[in-house]
Amino acid sequence: METLLQQIINGLTTGSVYAVVALGYTMVYGVIQLINFAHGEVVMIGAMVAFGVITGLAGSGLPASMIVAAGVLAAVPACMAIGYSLERVAYRPLRHAPRLAPLITAIGMSIILQHVALLIWGRNPLAFPQIIANPTVSIGLAEISAVQIAIILLSFLMMGGLSWFVYRTRFGIAMRATAENVQVAGLMGINADRVIAATFVIGAALGAVAGVMFGTYYGIAHYTMGFTLGLKAFSAAVLGGIGNLPGAMVGGLLLGLVEALGTGYIGDLTNLCQWPVVDAWLGERCADGAHFILFGSNYQDVFAFVMLILVLVFRPSGLLGERVSERA
Amino acid sequence: MKGRVLSRREVIGLVAIAAALLALPFVLASVGTAWVRITNFAVLFVLLSLGLNIVVGFAGLLDLGYIAFYAVGAYTYALLASPHFNVHLPFWVILPIGAGLACTAGVILGAPTLRLRGDYLAIVTLGFGEIVRIFMNNLSNPVNITNGPKGITLIDPFRIGDFSFSARSELFGLTFSGPIKYYYLLLVVLLCVIVINLRLQDSRIGRAWVAIREDEIAAKAAGINTRNIKLLAFAMGASFGGIAGGMFSAIQAFVSPESFILNESIMVLAMVVLGGMGNIWGVIAGALLLSFMPEVLRYSVEPMQKALFGRMLVDPEVLRMLIFGFALVLTMRFRPAGLWPETRHRREMSENRR
Repeated sequence: METLLQQIINGLTTGSVYAVVALGYTMVYGVIQLINFAHGEVVMIGAMVAFGVITGLAGSGLPASMIVAAGVLAAVPACMAIGYSLERVAYRPLRHAPRLAPLITAIGMSIILQHVALLIWGRNPLAFPQIIANPTVSIGLAEISAVQIAIILLSFLMMGGLSWFVYRTRFGIAMRATAENVQVAGLMGINADRVIAATFVIGAALGAVAGVMFGTYYGIAHYTMGFTLGLKAFSAAVLGGIGNLPGAMVGGLLLGLVEALGTGYIGDLTNLCQWPVVDAWLGERCADGAHFILFGSNYQDVFAFVMLILVLVFRPSGLLGERVSERA
Repeated sequence: MKGRVLSRREVIGLVAIAAALLALPFVLASVGTAWVRITNFAVLFVLLSLGLNIVVGFAGLLDLGYIAFYAVGAYTYALLASPHFNVHLPFWVILPIGAGLACTAGVILGAPTLRLRGDYLAIVTLGFGEIVRIFMNNLSNPVNITNGPKGITLIDPFRIGDFSFSARSELFGLTFSGPIKYYYLLLVVLLCVIVINLRLQDSRIGRAWVAIREDEIAAKAAGINTRNIKLLAFAMGASFGGIAGGMFSAIQAFVSPESFILNESIMVLAMVVLGGMGNIWGVIAGALLLSFMPEVLRYSVEPMQKALFGRMLVDPEVLRMLIFGFALVLTMRFRPAGLWPETRHRREMSENRR
């Protein structure tokens, strides 16, 4: 029971980070129907920039919250600039090219970003300096840390803010109109180029904050972190129905929960010694309550991919999405 | 083929190319045996690129996890011909098994996902490649199958009777070192693969692939069973990857999950894209170009940086990946059909750019 509650809390934390990153994928997909393959690397750059600033300020004696805020404030504009240049370099010139073309340029851009990060910050992971006292609050049988509370709150705040922006402001209407039909939106006086660029920039800004949260939660940032995180967030976006904002939020949280619970329980579930038949067959390898665990928690990263494949096979439109799989 | 008689000039050209290819390892060996090894790995990458070319170039399906099939072939060979399980089967038994397993993996992955649109397929194959790598990394516990991150060592070389491909032997007064023998073997395999590819390209199946790539709905309307034909492309590409993997395993005598990371998939993709998707000769040129480039960089960039700055600023490996990245971006922007495009593909790519 403690494990269950604890894993739910952990899952909600990572899940809300996935949700914020997934929003970046889903927004871009909604507007131009392309997968922004390099979004994960933008998130990574956000974490790296913030960690650089935070490490630099760690000895300055400023309060911890201000140092972290300074890190975020440095990361957001940096990522916005990268998001904008991504759109200009990799997507805008190829908007009418065959589908494979922008995907390949995006892969190219993500390799470039990754290795530029490697050149700047080196091969070793950056560690989060010990500046935050991270007290834990116990709720019932489980514990939740201050960082976890901050991550969950901040994520929900950003998701709320984005929803307000997309559904309640003039620019949001322009965005949704462009997503609906670029040509007609253009006839209505909407500057589609500006809307598309803005979508990339907003997604990148959210990604920057998500990168900082993710790095702070695990205590490290590394130049390869964007790949897995990006892939998981993309899975989350597909799970919720790509192109659909609430879908990305739900998908992210769900994926976080599945991953946390799966990692928490897979060892127990695949411990073959608990099944009498197998137990007898394995004989002494199960003696004295020994474990014979088929899959351990080191399979953590598999859950997202398996889930992605399952969703695409059985419900390609996602939980909340419309049918997209067969469109040419 | 149309039974065309080759002209005298073509015959002379072919004989010259054949002579050059046969003499090449001895020329390289006089520079250093390392260069023969590098050439062997370059030929392996040509094999891989030709396999991926069937999937990406002919059928137009973007596969980002292609290296997984290479891994399946490599691990099959490693497990069935090494002291790890103390099984030592001959290579002509294992290579078909490896190709079959890779083909099965391709069908298992392809069957449910091939109805998805191109970019989804890319992500699913990418996820599949990662799953295969994670399993290879972790299947050492509780039963040690893959020996985890440490990999499998002491893999048998190819052997026919007493003739081992890794040992040195004397023939016609010439000394054949292990890498040189593998070179000739690879050359024979490469020749077979090229012939198969050329024949495939002009076959009904090849034309069906191109039709699907250009317009799937029209292809379906023309009576092509798009699902099966796409699956066939996937399965064939995967089998070529499996064979190349088995040879890699034997040549290197060591496999570990490190050799099958995403970057390798991207490298093979870069070779296909840069050379010219769908054009067999373009793909071969792209693969050779990108496999020799890092070696040339290693021998030029390192001393150059040491001379200019007194220390290493940019690691050649990083530089190579950066060049791959730029190659992908710039090729797509300025020569979307590749450096040596296929005629049909060039037309298609330029028509689509409205």
